[in-house]
Amino acid sequence: MAARLSVNGKTHSIDVDEDTPLLWIVRDIVGLTGTKFGCGAAQCGACTVHIDGVAHRSCVTPISAVGDRAVTTIEHLESSPVGRALQKAWLDEEVVQCGYCQSGQLMQAAALLAARPSPSDEDIDQAMSGNICRCGTYGRIRTAIKKAAANARGGAA
Amino acid sequence: MATSVPTASRRAFLGGSAALAGELVIGFGLGAPAWAAGAGEFRPNAFLRLEASGAITVTIPSAEMGQGAVTGLAQLVAEELEVPVERIRTELAPGDDVVYANPLLGGQITGGSASVRGGWKQLRGAGAAARTVLIEAAARQWSVPADSCRAEAGEVVHAASGRRLAYAKLVDAASKLPLPKEPKLKTGALSVIGKPVARLDTPAKVNGTAKFGIDVSLPGMRHAAVANCPIIGGKLEGVDEAPALAVKGVRQVVKLDNAVAVIADHGGAARKGLAALSPRWSGSEAHSTATMVAAYDAAMERKGLVAERKGDAAQAMAAAPAKFEAMYRLPMLAHVALEPINCTVSVKPDWCELWLGSQVPGRARRAAAEAAGLPLDKVKVNSFLIGGGFGRKLEVDFVPQAVAIGKAVGAPVKIIWGRDEDIRNDAFRYHNHSRVRVGLDAQGMPVSWDHKLVAPGVMFRFLPSFTKDGVDLDDIDDAATPYTIPNMLVEYVREEPPKGLLAGNWRGVGATRNAVIVEGVIDELAHRAKRDPLEYRRALIDRSSRLGRVLDRVADEAGWGRQLPPGHGRGIAIVSAFGSHIGMVAEVALDPKGAVTVTKMTCAIDTGYVVNPTIVRQQIEGGIVFGLGAVLYGEVTVARGRVQQTNYHDCRVLRLNETPEIHVALVDSTEDPGGVGEPGTALVAPAVLNAIRAAGGPRLTSLPLPPAMVHRA
Repeated sequence: MAARLSVNGKTHSIDVDEDTPLLWIVRDIVGLTGTKFGCGAAQCGACTVHIDGVAHRSCVTPISAVGDRAVTTIEHLESSPVGRALQKAWLDEEVVQCGYCQSGQLMQAAALLAARPSPSDEDIDQAMSGNICRCGTYGRIRTAIKKAAANARGGAA
Repeated sequence: MATSVPTASRRAFLGGSAALAGELVIGFGLGAPAWAAGAGEFRPNAFLRLEASGAITVTIPSAEMGQGAVTGLAQLVAEELEVPVERIRTELAPGDDVVYANPLLGGQITGGSASVRGGWKQLRGAGAAARTVLIEAAARQWSVPADSCRAEAGEVVHAASGRRLAYAKLVDAASKLPLPKEPKLKTGALSVIGKPVARLDTPAKVNGTAKFGIDVSLPGMRHAAVANCPIIGGKLEGVDEAPALAVKGVRQVVKLDNAVAVIADHGGAARKGLAALSPRWSGSEAHSTATMVAAYDAAMERKGLVAERKGDAAQAMAAAPAKFEAMYRLPMLAHVALEPINCTVSVKPDWCELWLGSQVPGRARRAAAEAAGLPLDKVKVNSFLIGGGFGRKLEVDFVPQAVAIGKAVGAPVKIIWGRDEDIRNDAFRYHNHSRVRVGLDAQGMPVSWDHKLVAPGVMFRFLPSFTKDGVDLDDIDDAATPYTIPNMLVEYVREEPPKGLLAGNWRGVGATRNAVIVEGVIDELAHRAKRDPLEYRRALIDRSSRLGRVLDRVADEAGWGRQLPPGHGRGIAIVSAFGSHIGMVAEVALDPKGAVTVTKMTCAIDTGYVVNPTIVRQQIEGGIVFGLGAVLYGEVTVARGRVQQTNYHDCRVLRLNETPEIHVALVDSTEDPGGVGEPGTALVAPAVLNAIRAAGGPRLTSLPLPPAMVHRA
């Protein structure tokens, strides 16, 4: 199918089978490689992007399901105050080790804060436990989300 | 260019701190520029490049897989070069087993928690050599003695006259001066080493711009998805290519001896094409976890090699008034790093180039040269960030496959294994079995320790210098315990896995295999002697040793002895490994049905001079999470000749909601740095199993926990 796909505010003409996962289109055709392949089965969260602001696993999201909705990837996270607050908190708290999962972690956290600006520990458990980090940065992720939430609420970002 | 590789110190991979052999490091590869310097450049060695523009580039010999090597090693150079670390640009070294060999390991290997240990004198020496020459260049220009000048913040300063010259202005003059043979390292206070310098690699990792091997893009590049033979050691019999070729975007199907690859315009089409195929495989279906465990049980009855001996364990055992025996069986484990195996290649008749993240890029280069039938100087390996290594990317098993596919395609091609392929074709931490027999005195203290173990002997293949007289020194690491027991025997039986199944290194290597056994047995002895496990250990260790002090420190940090609610328990464990001394206390809660929740992990580590405390903490925290996943879930099984696990649902790892509070205490020390990437992992299982016992649960002698004992969050 020929489709028009909006990624980070730019429209791309794509000609692929309609069941092609968004992940491969974003990475291999649009050329934005910040979104990662980890499992291909919505089990690890490394491929998390936003579709109209909601977190989706792009590895199991066929292009046909995206339609004319807006896709946002990690490369565009800094365009929102919450995104910038998260990035800053991630660096301030030294969350990152290998970094491979962190695009997905950040996109998932951004969707969480958009829905719940003051998340509880349970909210964080609920929202973030689908994102695997093999380096084990979970404790710092939790701290950084709380810090980013506080900063975003306070307008510090 | 340096042409000789220093001999690996035998125990460096394992971490005997006495064997760090730092002296041989200074001067290695530093005596002459490794590369011809261009105009306007000063390249005192293979690690450092100063340009007239002011740019300072450090080539990082180690892989960056999250362990912080880029930052830690840049700190070492910055300290000696006297520049702010944030002025340094870093690049990852290309594959070269000579120029970029880790001096402790004898090859370009990022493993054994040895990046900072290997770089401690090498990279400091690289910076010191440059500093010495820059000072000399300025002194000549000013016609003053060199020792009246000093380096400071990227400038040479002549204090008496107040003159200053930026390094950038000295690059040309410095590049014409001889290099010191033995550059003098700074003495006295250090200003960059020891500071929690912000990591240099992470800003690019929070905005999607960091490039891992899997992110490479080349003009005209194709995308390959691969199915490896699912039967261990099996072959591809045949495949009808048509269903894949019918998929839009698929260009080609490549058949190999034991795999089939689908080549397409993008990864989505390649994977769809692969899924459409029905390859016919052949191979022996005889192997299973049951047969592999039975082989290890049988091997335990064979006579082994004496690996370590002190006193006469047999005689002491015979004379002992009481005896204890335990049998441990540990499972096969996968790494499941989040970035799956991938490799991008361009294979031409006279040139082969690779783009990948590897813990052994020099070996990847050799493997590619062999597969391509080209001399080494016609092969280039471009290094990228690694999305989790943990030992998996110490192997290059996938490189010949990538080269074969690249040859068949005739264009640059990126090979990515799906998660199922990554798990089924891992370089597994293989089974190991241990039988420990202890002779006890009337007070229940050990007088003899007889530890017989069966293990796969990975080092015979991976690093033969870490074997001795038929014994894999990694397999027996820590098997003799750190305790003062008068009679000791470690007996070693090597039993390799079935042909076609690759056994490799898994975070923590030998220490992770043996600490759970040693610390489990010692802990059980304490319980049987009705003594506090901490006090029991104290009675068996030199309290003034580094490990003895770590034992005290971790007990303090964890509030050992403080009252816990019913059903809760604390477990303690210690080990010396990778040049570090570490202690851990786990706190667990058992629910009425016996299901375990790990509530808190406390660690104290004496890792010598801490180069970057933030990174040390990160590594310990991460090592604990990694180890905890294995305690709760880690087990790869084989049935009908096939590895059964395929993704994170049946090869589970720890998730955020399962992660306990983690507290890490760093012991002040001025000893040379030890390793920190792996020791954290080694103690998780013993600390948790000991805590389960203390909480009133069973003494477990196998892993992972039985499913009924894992609390579902």
